[in-house]
Amino acid sequence: MLDSQPAKSFDQTQIPPSGGVPVIEIENVTKIFGAGKEAFTALDDVSVTIQSNEFFTLLGPSGCGKTTLLRVIAGFLDPTSGTVALDGEDILPMPPYERPVNTVFQSYALFPHLTVRQNISFGLEMLNRPKSEITETVNEMLALVQMEPMADRKTSEISGGQQQRVALARALAPRPKVLLLDEPLSALDFKLRKEMQLELKRLQHETGITFVFVTHDQEEALTMSDRIAVMKGGTIRQIGGPRDIYDHPAERFVADFIGDTNFIEAELLSTSDAGAQVKLASGMEIAASALGGEGSGSGRITLAIRPEHATLDGANGALLPGTLADVVYFGTDTHYHVDLDSGGRFVVRRQNQPDQAQTGTVGDKVGINFAPGIGQVLRD
Amino acid sequence: MSDHALNRRREERRARFLLLAPAMFLLLIAASGPLLIVVVYSFLTPGDYGGVVWEFSTKAWFNVVAQIDFFTEELTLADAHLSVFWRSLKLSLITAAMCLLIGFPTAYFIATRPAGQRDIWMLLIMIPFWTNLLIRTFAIMELIRNEGTVNSLLMAMGIIDEPIQMLFTEFAIMVGMTYVYLPLMILPIYASMERLDFNLVEAGYDLYATRMQVLRRVIFPLVKPGVVAGSILVFVPCLGAYVTPRVLGGGTQLMLGNLIELQFGQLRNWPLGAALSLTLLMVVMVALIFYVRAVGREEQRHG
Repeated sequence: MLDSQPAKSFDQTQIPPSGGVPVIEIENVTKIFGAGKEAFTALDDVSVTIQSNEFFTLLGPSGCGKTTLLRVIAGFLDPTSGTVALDGEDILPMPPYERPVNTVFQSYALFPHLTVRQNISFGLEMLNRPKSEITETVNEMLALVQMEPMADRKTSEISGGQQQRVALARALAPRPKVLLLDEPLSALDFKLRKEMQLELKRLQHETGITFVFVTHDQEEALTMSDRIAVMKGGTIRQIGGPRDIYDHPAERFVADFIGDTNFIEAELLSTSDAGAQVKLASGMEIAASALGGEGSGSGRITLAIRPEHATLDGANGALLPGTLADVVYFGTDTHYHVDLDSGGRFVVRRQNQPDQAQTGTVGDKVGINFAPGIGQVLRD
Repeated sequence: MSDHALNRRREERRARFLLLAPAMFLLLIAASGPLLIVVVYSFLTPGDYGGVVWEFSTKAWFNVVAQIDFFTEELTLADAHLSVFWRSLKLSLITAAMCLLIGFPTAYFIATRPAGQRDIWMLLIMIPFWTNLLIRTFAIMELIRNEGTVNSLLMAMGIIDEPIQMLFTEFAIMVGMTYVYLPLMILPIYASMERLDFNLVEAGYDLYATRMQVLRRVIFPLVKPGVVAGSILVFVPCLGAYVTPRVLGGGTQLMLGNLIELQFGQLRNWPLGAALSLTLLMVVMVALIFYVRAVGREEQRHG
């Protein structure tokens, strides 16, 4: 998909610029709403460091605290405890209007009484920038988001996608150190959302501003981010690059929330720095990945295997023997549902090739294989 | 189109007209009728014991702004009338400004309460409205008269030795009218404030606007329709106020309403009263036109 857009393409595996310096340092931040029995812990001792020039995503289901964390950074909420520093300076005592941080709101929150141009210049005017500089920057921003022809329209007279661009331009115009984006794409339709994902990446690249992006859409997070923090119940469950998180989820929640995963029971034989040795229900032994902290020594553990990382073979000598229960054709790929002999169901996904017949028919005895190191030992 | 359809349409139109007729008739009788009578009366001659004599005269209109001295036949401006006009205008403007000053923060306060609490606050604003105007006015009187609550309290605290004369002054009228008409300012401002998307306020703060700047550049422009409506709702009845200046002004601080009442009552000059009423109507209309125009221009400049 990225290759078809050469002008805007990005290498999504790109590692954040090495030697990136910390921009935002969040330490032990806790936010409790209400008190007594009504108390609700929205953030529970969260610590995270966001690097300069990074596209950082807070990913999680609704109510996981990701928006709360964003609002703490923006200054709309005071944390119950903990510190937030920007460029090494404690920003918690500052009101929102003193923080060099701008927000793109989920509802865009464009000023309805102002034109597109006036919306974009608002922040610069509040900063008392000289008139000539404001005009220049606003024109630059209008060009950046390709909204020049609409500059003098009211915000109610432009489409949702255009409003989104104006909201971006308005937040970028004062050149904040960090841009906060609160699910900015959720109101757009599918096609526009895809476009804006690339657009956002491009803007981040061109401006060099650190983006902190909040979303509940795992695909969005994987496509756009340099690093992702997966959140649940007010805590960060795992931080890493999209590939790390997808290939090596630390725990069941992360594996389940991002993409599809097969979970199988296994026995942990040993762990080392290189990984772990596990014994499957079939009695076969194989090397698996482990992030550490699974508990040393032996015991029952859960192994996560992505459907596209496993192959479907004959039953003889397979790691996981079973019976083919269902074959579902999806266009780009086919899903083979296998009832394992050891119990449970396993899905193998295979990319479709032109005029290629499906493998096997329902009821066949089949086996599932995967390479050493593919299975991921989960923490819980 | 067939004859049949044409007939039906004609019938429908007649039915619609007939259904509207009672309402139109009432409007004509209740709104235009009395006004027409007032216009006619203002061009007649006053009768000796009230009422009018059916004899055309423009003397009433002349007397609105000028008078001829009884002895020297010298033409002078009607100072008494003009000072009443001026006082009415001044007190109405100040009252509208005071209502805005108190009403705007009040409306903002109520609009920022949790949804469940707002109705209770609005109810508290409305309760005085259900009380008789005269009683509310006398309550104010009780507060500010020389032996009243405020003066007694100040004297008891030793801040003043003698009571401050507040009753029967322009200040008393202004306080009374502000109290009476305040809900009329709060209601429309609250209505626009409640519709205000508070994300916009956050967006303002986020874009480096201080509290005052957010108020001036974001909140105020968005609730302006409410402010305009509230100002009109307060200003117009203030201009013609009768009870409040009568009770709190003590008959010495006349406003237009009192002056008009005087003509129809003790002075038995109905045509002059009619002419004064129409003058009041015109003053209100001119003021409104100017106000709405000014607001519209502002809108174009900023919008």
